[in-house]
Amino acid sequence: MKKKWYDYLWIASLAYLLLGFFNILFAWLGLLCFFIPLIISVATGTKGYCNRYCGRGQLFGLLGGRFGLSRKKDIPHWMKSKWFRYGFLIFFFVMFFQMLWNTCLVFSGAQDLRQAVTLLWTFKLPWHWAYHGTVFHEGVAAFAFGFYSVMLTSTILGLLTMVLYKPRSWCVYCPMGTMTQLICKVKK
Amino acid sequence: METKIRKKRKAFVETDDCVACGCCVKVCPRDAIEIWKGITAKIRLEACVGCGKCARECPASVITLREVPQ
Repeated sequence: MKKKWYDYLWIASLAYLLLGFFNILFAWLGLLCFFIPLIISVATGTKGYCNRYCGRGQLFGLLGGRFGLSRKKDIPHWMKSKWFRYGFLIFFFVMFFQMLWNTCLVFSGAQDLRQAVTLLWTFKLPWHWAYHGTVFHEGVAAFAFGFYSVMLTSTILGLLTMVLYKPRSWCVYCPMGTMTQLICKVKK
Repeated sequence: METKIRKKRKAFVETDDCVACGCCVKVCPRDAIEIWKGITAKIRLEACVGCGKCARECPASVITLREVPQ
């Protein structure tokens, strides 16, 4: 089948992850991965983003498929259960709002900017090399660090399940996927 | 010589567990799969040839091949 332009969006996803190593403010671009799927599902009632445009899914598909970095085993049953999928969505939401709260604290001046990326909601990695100051408020950078943490954490989880199970195992419990499917179910 | 008749097989989706990611749609050589209203994959059985590509690709492993009467 002839490839379409959107079959190359994995390049954008890869570039996004790499740019975060050079200037953390690029992390803001990741909001596109949050808003576009929601807009598509609300406006059209489809999972068009997952089905066509998700660069992250394509990246996992490529690494696990063509590059053979996946065992291609079945995902455990509990991982595709509604409990786990919705539970992970709620957990992700809670962590996301906690990140937003921390950003608010920096904006209000109650907390200093931490130039660190938090992996798997636990491990704080120094990330000062990717911060060169900002013309905006420091809170803008705080959000960038927080958001990049979310994106990198989910990439690591996705890579782990890619290796253990099928290439696009992340798609099974991806919070955005669960949320857009939920919107589609409500809209039906 | 007796020829063995192989029963036809077709793909079936466990719609309850399908996450509607669309991986199966991409690999289907017959364009026999669509994502119905962003909720689940649906297979047009008349177009399905039972090749099993979708079943291998499905990240949730919710597609199975089943024998169907001729």
